Amino acid sequence: MKKRLSLIPICLVLIVGGCADTTSHSKGVYMLLDSSGTYSNELTGAQSIINYLLGTLEPGDSFGIAKIDSASFSEKDIIAKMTFDKRPSVTNKQKRLFKQKVEDFVRSVTKGSAYTDITGGILQASEYLNETGAGKKYILIFSDLKEDLKKGHIRDFGILVSGCDVVALNVTKLRSDNIDPREYYDRVEKWKARVEAGGGNWRMINDLGRLDAILGS
Amino acid sequence: MSLADLFNTLPGSPVASAIVGLVVAVVVLYLARTPAHKALYSLSHGIQEGFRLMAEAVLRGAESVGRRNKEVLMSSGAEAAEKVIEREFERMEAVIKRDLGAYPSIHRSMADLVTRIDEDYKESAEVPPPPPDWVKAVDSLAKLESRGDHWLGNILTEVHKTAVTQHKKVMEEYRNALGARHALLEKMRPHWRKLSQALDHVGKSMTGLQERAKVIDAHVAKYEEIRNNTDKAARNLTSSAMTQFFISALVLLIAIGGAMINFNLIALPMSEMVGGGSYIGSYRTSDIAALVIILVELAMGLYLMESLRITRLFPIIGQMDDKMRIRMIWVTFTILLVLAGVESALAFMRDRIAADMQALRQTLAQVESPHTFNSWIPTIGQMVMGFILPFALAFVAIPLESFIQSSRTVLGEATAAILRGMAFVFRLLGDISKYAGEFLVNLYDLLAFPLLWVENWMRHRKEHMDMDESETIISEEV
Repeated sequence: MKKRLSLIPICLVLIVGGCADTTSHSKGVYMLLDSSGTYSNELTGAQSIINYLLGTLEPGDSFGIAKIDSASFSEKDIIAKMTFDKRPSVTNKQKRLFKQKVEDFVRSVTKGSAYTDITGGILQASEYLNETGAGKKYILIFSDLKEDLKKGHIRDFGILVSGCDVVALNVTKLRSDNIDPREYYDRVEKWKARVEAGGGNWRMINDLGRLDAILGS
Repeated sequence: MSLADLFNTLPGSPVASAIVGLVVAVVVLYLARTPAHKALYSLSHGIQEGFRLMAEAVLRGAESVGRRNKEVLMSSGAEAAEKVIEREFERMEAVIKRDLGAYPSIHRSMADLVTRIDEDYKESAEVPPPPPDWVKAVDSLAKLESRGDHWLGNILTEVHKTAVTQHKKVMEEYRNALGARHALLEKMRPHWRKLSQALDHVGKSMTGLQERAKVIDAHVAKYEEIRNNTDKAARNLTSSAMTQFFISALVLLIAIGGAMINFNLIALPMSEMVGGGSYIGSYRTSDIAALVIILVELAMGLYLMESLRITRLFPIIGQMDDKMRIRMIWVTFTILLVLAGVESALAFMRDRIAADMQALRQTLAQVESPHTFNSWIPTIGQMVMGFILPFALAFVAIPLESFIQSSRTVLGEATAAILRGMAFVFRLLGDISKYAGEFLVNLYDLLAFPLLWVENWMRHRKEHMDMDESETIISEEV
């Protein structure tokens, strides 16, 4: 009889274990901010996107912000990163802290970087998102997508962004793009091809009034 | 060899081939007419028979379901009527115990009162004072002739004086006696009042009992109809079950609305306890936890109603001895009270979290926060709702029981109606197949009509010839 009774908790554990969801429902977002000379003036626009994302992300989600500078494949470029607590009240406090860090960063940027290493930033983002174990991964690139590498830096290889949604935001047109728009389209197309070759999904959102489309599939 | 080659009997001349083919086809159709008709008839009859059998089987099923429904309906109706009658008798017993239980003492008191009144009445009866003896003496003196005698005049004056004095005395005594009688009658008044009140009380009790008896008579008449298995009783019970079904469904919908509000009150704060980012399946753990709390409250409500013997969903609880049942009442009520307290606390927490979230959103949107009306009323309102809703949900047990009991009848009736509908469709299909067979036979004849026409023409000609021959024979005989 005792043996039979002991089966009940075991069965319950098995049932609960069997029902447990193995897929992660959390989201991981990594946003790259272009701080190069040509683009650093756009950073205030990025703040509104970050605020929107802070309002949208939920407890358990991960959020990271890093700048794109001359050599972006580095932890030093990370401005703020957080995996929000499971409790909403703690998450709210974390979000306030996060916002403060971003504001401090934007205030501190006075001079743009000389070079623009977007590939390094994407590699860093991919690494961070894989570590979070998030179910849905987003890499947001707030840049004009014009890569300008320092001499000696090697970035002409495939980037591994499998399972990531790579979203280019506010891809502004350069002066040279106005002279020959094909340059702009070639640039966007090149990044799309690189991302898709790396197993990611490419999207581009230039209208900052459509922020709800950022984390939409 | 293809089908086209088969019909191309005269190569190079398709029209001629078609005509030859048509003629051959008509001849074949004509020759095969009788077996083809038989085949078509047998096919259509076979299908019709199949559908007929199916319709009969389904109809039998519908009848069986209907019978079973009626049995269940009558049984449950009889049980309900028995309970009602039992309850009415209990009420009557209570009335009798309350009002007529004290009847002997009322009767005694009434008898005492009557005796007292009777005695007082007797005492108060007016007894005329006996005529005093001196009246006779006065009478005799009055008859004497005075004839101017002085001494006689003196005697009479003295007698007159004495008579007046005596009269006064007697009158005073008489008045005193009359006053005493009036005092006795005055004393009788409260006795009369008491007697009247006692009679009124008994009268009211008797009227109440008569009314109760009429109600019981009506219930018993209904019960007799159910026991006699009459169609009227079945119709009444079905109608009652339908009404119960819809009313209880409506109340359950209202309860679901209440449960949803309750869910929204506690789902957000539950994420503070079990975590906002964890999932079970594709559902948030906090949502499931909130739902579980509501379901536990519902279960406790069911047990409480069951223990109070308001509902009869779990016979095992109803069969418990009173001591155990009362313990169960207290246990379920305590759990419900604790859960209500928890919900109230969660509602308070929800208000705090929602306010914090709102403040964060305003900060993120970089909007200056508008002048907020800082009031405790919404918070207290939410807390009160969180406390009351679990108890309100506990009463769901009553409409739930009605819904379950009446749904048996409603579903049974619906099943019977569907089966009857299916039987009708099968019969219809059988008839359609029968007439389709006849139509195909007529169509067949239409295709072979040239030879049929020739056959008819020849038959008519032969009949005419036979008639002509018979007429010739008759005329010859004539």
